[in-house]
Order: sequence, then C-alpha cells, then structure tokens
Amino acid sequence: MDNGGKDYDGPVLECKNLCISYFTRAGEIPAVIDFNMTLHQGESIGLVGESGCGKSTVAMAIMQYLGSNGAIVGGEVLYKGRDLSTFSPEELRQLRGNEIAMVYQEPMASLNPSMTLGRQLMEVPLCHENIDEKEAYDRAVKILSDVKLPDPERVMSVYPHQISGGQQQRVVIAMALLSNPSLLLLDEPTTALDVTVEAGIVELIGEIAGRFNTSMVYISHNLGLILETCDRVNVMYSGVVVEHGSVAEVFDQMRHPYTKGLFGCIPLPGADKTAHPLVPIRGQLPLPHQRPKGCYFGPRCDFFEAGTCDQENLAMTTVPDEPGHTVRCRRWQQIDWDNYHPEGVGAGEMEAGEVVLSINNMKKYYEITDNSIAAMISGKRVRHVKANESITFDARACETVAVVGESGCGKSTFAKVLMGLETATDGMVVFNGKDISQEEVQDRTPAQIGSMQMIFQNPFDTLNPSHTVGSQLARVIRKFGVETDGDKVEARVMELLDLVKLPRDFARRRPRQLSGGQKQRVGIARAFAGNPSTVVADEPVSALDVSVQAAVTGLLMDIQKTYRTTLIFISHDLSLVRYLADRVVVMYLGNIVEQGTTDEVFSPPYHPYTEALLSAVPIADTSINKQRIILEGNLPSVTNPPSGCPFNTRCPRKIGEICETVVPPVFEPIPGHQIACHLSVENFQAMQPVIVQANQPASPAAE
Amino acid sequence: MTEEAISVPHRESALLRLVKGAALIRESWVGMVGLAIIVFWALVALFADVVAPFPPNATGIPMLAPGGAGLDGTSVHWLGTDQLGRDILSRIIFGSRQVLLYAPLATFCAYAVGVPMGLAAGYRRGITDEVLSFIANVILSFPVLVLYIIIIATIGASGINIVIAVTFASAPGIMRIVRGLVLDLRNREYVFAAETRGEPAWRIMMIEILPNARGPLIVDACLRLGYVIITIGTLGFLGLGLPPPDPDWGKMITETRQFITIFPHMAIFPCIAISSLVLGFNLLADGLREVSLRD
Repeated sequence: MDNGGKDYDGPVLECKNLCISYFTRAGEIPAVIDFNMTLHQGESIGLVGESGCGKSTVAMAIMQYLGSNGAIVGGEVLYKGRDLSTFSPEELRQLRGNEIAMVYQEPMASLNPSMTLGRQLMEVPLCHENIDEKEAYDRAVKILSDVKLPDPERVMSVYPHQISGGQQQRVVIAMALLSNPSLLLLDEPTTALDVTVEAGIVELIGEIAGRFNTSMVYISHNLGLILETCDRVNVMYSGVVVEHGSVAEVFDQMRHPYTKGLFGCIPLPGADKTAHPLVPIRGQLPLPHQRPKGCYFGPRCDFFEAGTCDQENLAMTTVPDEPGHTVRCRRWQQIDWDNYHPEGVGAGEMEAGEVVLSINNMKKYYEITDNSIAAMISGKRVRHVKANESITFDARACETVAVVGESGCGKSTFAKVLMGLETATDGMVVFNGKDISQEEVQDRTPAQIGSMQMIFQNPFDTLNPSHTVGSQLARVIRKFGVETDGDKVEARVMELLDLVKLPRDFARRRPRQLSGGQKQRVGIARAFAGNPSTVVADEPVSALDVSVQAAVTGLLMDIQKTYRTTLIFISHDLSLVRYLADRVVVMYLGNIVEQGTTDEVFSPPYHPYTEALLSAVPIADTSINKQRIILEGNLPSVTNPPSGCPFNTRCPRKIGEICETVVPPVFEPIPGHQIACHLSVENFQAMQPVIVQANQPASPAAE
Repeated sequence: MTEEAISVPHRESALLRLVKGAALIRESWVGMVGLAIIVFWALVALFADVVAPFPPNATGIPMLAPGGAGLDGTSVHWLGTDQLGRDILSRIIFGSRQVLLYAPLATFCAYAVGVPMGLAAGYRRGITDEVLSFIANVILSFPVLVLYIIIIATIGASGINIVIAVTFASAPGIMRIVRGLVLDLRNREYVFAAETRGEPAWRIMMIEILPNARGPLIVDACLRLGYVIITIGTLGFLGLGLPPPDPDWGKMITETRQFITIFPHMAIFPCIAISSLVLGFNLLADGLREVSLRD
C-alpha cells in the first residue's frame, strides 16, 4: 500500500460532506446527508441514533461495502489521507480485515459454524501476511488471551456453537484485532448479549484503544454504552448529524433539541414515574422520502419556528468556547433550557390495593428423557430441568412487579405457567382467590383467561400479518365474551384504539402498514380487550427505539392507572425497572435471589448478583460513578445447575465451601426485602451503593 | 394523531383485495408471459367447439402433412391428421379440456389432503408428526411412475382415478412443505397470543398460521400444476390415461410414436401443447415469486 502505512500521522479516517443514497424502484433515497467526521489514531467516536438514522450506512460506506443499490453520491471518505473510491478492488480487499476491521451485532452470524475457531482466526494473518501456519497459530492464541478468553488453546480447537454468546463476540473482536488494524468499526457489538456479558465486552472495547492504539467507530442506539466507550460522539437523526462533540460536552450540555429529547426519553437514575416522568418525543421519524424542508426534526421540535427552521441549507454551527462541539440547529442559542419543562407521561400516585396474584412456592420442572445407550445402562434416563425453583411473591392491584433476570433465568417459563400454557410441578398460583397452577388454558373460563393477558416483546411478531388490526381485536373481544353483537364489538374495537391513542381508521389497516411502536400499542390494546386485572408484559418495549419506548411505557402506566391493573413486568433493563416498578423480583437460574420494593433492591444491602447486574447497566450520565463488577465465567446450564447457591460459580463475594453445598438462607434486613445469600449481616451492612452521583460522597449504608 | 371520532371507515371487500393482490403480477413480465399462455389455453378449452375446425373424432385422410387439404377439398388440416385421419389441431384443442379440467382438480385434491396433514404434523409435533411423516416418507420412497401404474392398474383408468393417483402421490410432498412452514410460524408471538387466549387448535392452524404460509404455497401450487400436467401426459403416454376415443395429449403422442420417424408432426404438436402449458405455469410461478420478494 502506498499511503505511508504506519508512519502516517494525520487522521486515520476523514469523511468530508459524505452523502450516501440508495436507489430503489421508488427512485433515489438519500440515506446519509452531509456527514463529516475526523478520526485520529487511538481515538474512538460514537455514532448514536435511532433505527433508520443512517448509522450503519456510514459504516458500510467506510468499508466501501454498500451493496448493489447503494452509492456514495457526494463527498469522500479518506483513509489515511487517500480517497477510498480510488482504491482498486484488490487494494480494498487488502484493506478490509487488515487495515479496517468490523464487528457486527450477531456473533453467531459472523463466525462460520463449520470451521473451528482456530482455523477461522488463522485465516486472517494467513490471508493478509506472508507467514507460516505455526506463526499464525501462535498469533491467534496470543490474541485470544488478549481478549481475556480463558483457555485459548481449547477455544482454538472448538466450533463456534460450543462456546457462549459472550465468548463468541470476544472471538469476533479477537479476529478483528488479529492483523492489528488501524480502524475498528463496531456495529452494535453488544446488543445481542446479556447485560452482565455486555459489561465484560464493553470493558474490553474500552481497553482496546489504549492497548492496540486502534481508532474506533462505535455504533449504538444506547447512549450509556457510548459514554463508557467513546471520546467523541455524533448524534444522528434521519440521515444527518445533528450534534457532534466530546462525550462530556454532548452529555452534559447538549444543544440540539433532538439530543435533549433523547436524554429525556431514557430512564436515568433521576427519573421517577410520579415526580420526574419520561418525556417522549412526539410524532415519529420521517421516512426518507417524506423528510420536511429545512430541519428534519422540525415537526417534532418544541422550538420550531416557521420561516427559520424550514429554510434549506441547514449547516453545522460551532458552539463558542467549545471548538469541537457543533450543532445543526438555527435556534440553539435562543433556546432557554432552564425554563423548558416539557410535560412527561407519568403515572401520578398509584395506591396499591389488595393482593390479586399470590404465588406460593411454585416449581416448574421439565423432564428430559435421555435415550442414549449410556443412560439406559446407568438407569438415569429421566433428568429434570428446574426451570423455576420455589417462586414465591405476591402482586397487588395497581402494582407493577418487575421480574428481572438474564436469558435462561426462567422468566419465560414463569410467564407460561401464569398464562396456563404449562402447569406447575408443585406449589400454588392463586389468582383472584383461585389456584390456577394446575389449570391449563383450555380448562379456564373465558372470563378467567380475559382477566390475565399478556403483552409480547417483538412488535414485528406480535400481530398476525394476515389479518387487519380491527379483526384481530374483534376476535379477542368475542373470545372473552365481552361483547357478542357485531356493532358493539366494533364500538369496543374503536374504544380500545382510543385507549392506546391510535387513530380509529387503523382498524382497517394491516400490521405491515404500522410502525413498531404502533404495533406494540395494538398489542397493548389486545391485552386490555378483556378488561384484565393482571397483565404480564414480557419485555414490552425492549425492541423499540428509546423515544418510542418512553411513549409506550407512559401509555402502559396510564392505562394501568385507569383500570387499576396489576402489571407483571418481565425485563432485563434495570434502568427501566427502577423507573416504573414498585417491587422487583430478581431471578437467577430459576431461583429468586432477591426481592423487595424498588428502593430496597436498588440500594444496599444487595444480593451479589443484583449488585453485579446494577453495575453492568450502562448509564448515560457523566455525573454517575459506578462500582465496576465484572462477572467471570458463563451462566451454568439449567440442566446441570450448581449445588448450593445457584450463583456460586460466578459470585465475586463467594465465602467458601458453604456456598457450594448449602442452599442459602433468606436474609431479611427489612421485612419484605428478602436476599437469599450466605453472607453475614456485617458483610451486608458494609456494602456500598453501586451507583453514586459524583457530587454526593458515598456513605456507608446502615450503621 | 387526531383524536376526533372518525366514524368507522369503509371496509374493503375481500374480492377487491384479491383482485388488487392478483394485479401485482403485472410488475413481472415473466409472470405476465406465463399468465398469457395459461389464459390462451383456458380460452381455447372453453371455446373448443367454436375454434376447432373438425370434430375431434371425425376421420378423414390419414397421416396428412400439416396444411393438407381435407376430404371435401376446401377444408384445411393445419397441423395435419393422425394415423386414423383425425385432425390433430382439433384433437389438441379438445384435449386441452381434459388437461385443464383434471390438472387443477388433481392439484386441488392433493392440497386438500396435504395441507391439513402438514398443519397437524407441524403444529402438533410429537407422535402426530412422527406417524404422518412416516407415512409420507413411505409414499415418497416409491418410484412415482411405479406408484401410478399400480394405482391405475388396480382401480382402472378414468379421469377421477387420475385425480386419485395424483393426490396420493403429491400430498406427501405438499405435507412436507406445509410442515416446514408451520414449524417456523408456530413460534411466532401471535400464535402464542392465540394460545394464551385459549383458541382451539384448528383455529390456530387455519386462521393464525395457514394464511401466513400462503405465499410459498401459491408459488408451489403453480409449479405443481405444471408437474401434474406432465404427469397426466405421462399417464396418457403409458396408456393409463383417459379411455379412448376422447383426445388426450399424452395418448396422442403414444399412438403416433411408431410413425415418428416418417411423420414427426403427429407427435411433435401434442408435445408442444404440453410443454407450452407447463411453461406457462412455471413462468407464472417465477413471476409470483419475483413479485412476492419485492418490498
């Protein structure tokens, strides 16, 4: 390569007035407009924005990988001072993987399932450098230990499916680092992972820039992750960068109304559903061919001024005294943020009522029959998978109980037992005064079914694409016997659409004509069709963009207040849980490890697992200091759980053999706050809060 | 998002939606060519009495070359006559009636059997799936032609028996396709939602799952129609088709096979008829697939 190689000391990457378009049957669709970025050696820049804002397109343009219908239509991308469009295909091939490496969201999709990891890793240096197998092998082993994979020799010899998702992503990062690239592009590298695993990967990414002097472009929708990994950040909206600056400038003194709006949507530690509710951004992201004139954020902005904001050629302006901080807004200097208090969508006070749902020592075991010859000889043909182990808690009317845990903790099984798709192995589930633990859904009355309904996770999957929204709602109304007469059913459908604040003519639409947030609203309407007393919400907003998340969460709380509904909120997002839950149940491997009111669970004393979870959650607030607790090891298999305390294999506070042999007793610092752990009272009392506002010194908990 | 009471909007009729959906095929020229061929043959079959120059079984001068003059000296046998002096063009025209009646009927029957089997196997899983899949595998492991010969030889050659034979041989293949689609669709959250509100299994299969499998199934049905036309032709060729003297494309080929070196036209024109119709269905299937993959 003739661009000076590693001696070059200018910026590694420069994008100048970059414009990227896709060409479809409908004509040219501009995906990214006037994108500028300068990235120096060892620096990391974040690209943050909601889905469809063009952040991945930028990464693809840097890789010169836009596909057959995409093209750079203006501006240029300079890699170490040389325009990438002047590279020949052979030069580009040398560049990719060698000088510029990329890490994608789904690790399993980036690894070839039919090759050992060692083979795949060795391919990189073998392809790009003239070295022999032995050297390639040694390099691969070294890089695996650099990304902190235990036992690299073993990892070299296995296939991708034999290691966990977090380990796979570490291998992908190792592969990207193998040729010591100057530039690393990370496209949502932790989105598919659990929070505690994510924390480990984020820590690793944070170290990379320092250790390998690699420049990074980090793409994410999560502002908290950007804070933890990046030096500077570009906030993108509908194909344009609306604000750019150092992380501190943008996070502490954001200037653009969209950035401000985005921060108002995320449940930071200060947010509170009664006093400081979230403020959703009204309206929705414009489609590329429906972008308004002038400022694309105009129609959703509270500071929109006709004649100013709808003029063309909106350029970035630099904030005085902050040379690196630019903002694409004509009115930012006129906005008085101190006197701007938009109304949030919160719940107001909600008084919890009588107990509606009482779960007592509920167990759910699955039987697995092993048909192997070894099992037949040893006689151990039937094994039990303990998906839920003695679940006990109550939920009251109008109360939100959050069930928190990572994948594989038994949340979904718990929901299935509640809904009657599975029956409990043991214990009681008393709902409205009746034990339903042994009643399958076919045995329940329509009224019973209607009074406990569910909201699902995936907005693209929750509605049947073949039927109209109205007919799907009407079916539920008929099924639960709320109304039977055709006109009354129709009227009730309209009522439900009003309830979730959707226009009535949506009844005639099909799901594909709705956005993700709108579909999720229909999902909520469906759950409330039978006037339920309890609604189980399984990650109802985790697949939505943050601005939509805030609106849907607000809607859910509003409806809950109106109908005094009990909400069982299953989630892995602790920030959101702190924001809207009244009580929290923390699950690990089918066991409840801690439960109590939200304040109790989120302040010390903690269960060591809760402590680690809290520490793992990325928080987009520069004034927050967190204890760093990174969990070692992998989640044990549910088929073969550890004896004693289920958390003992990963627990950073493990005290000894007792953890491995004896099931931990329940420690109750305050009545109702239960922690299943062997730690002594002194240990618990010595615990410090995990999340501390920087200006408040950490004080020891109870003296 | 306006809140004012928009009165219940007008409902689009199911028929209108169907027409609109079908009109999408216009976006694919391949599909349009296929559709044109099929419409051409359908019109030919419908108006056979009008367009055919001779009655199908009327005999005249045998083995006339294409364009030869008829017995009365004024009429023309455009595609010649066969070994018994019957007009080949007229027989092809009347033969299209048989094909366009029995091929769709047989395909429909195969679907009527295969789809419920596939739904049950894919949705119920477990023992239902094992039994149905085993039956399907046994049938599929037979050479198809042997199967046809055994069935037709046992129950006799007639139009309805062809339908039975084709259904028997094709239903397992359809079942497998449907089963595969259902195995994917049954894990969707809307199916889970239907289960949690206690919908009966038949409703989940027919209303929640089946409509979402229609895309691949429509394409498969078009392709399968083509295969069934070939099958009917093959059966006719093997002498297992419709009983004489009614015209049947496959039979026309087999009857004239011994003269093929001297009078190739007697076999070639029925061959062209079969392949053009099969091509029509295949092109339509391609077009449907192309349209369905867009946006």
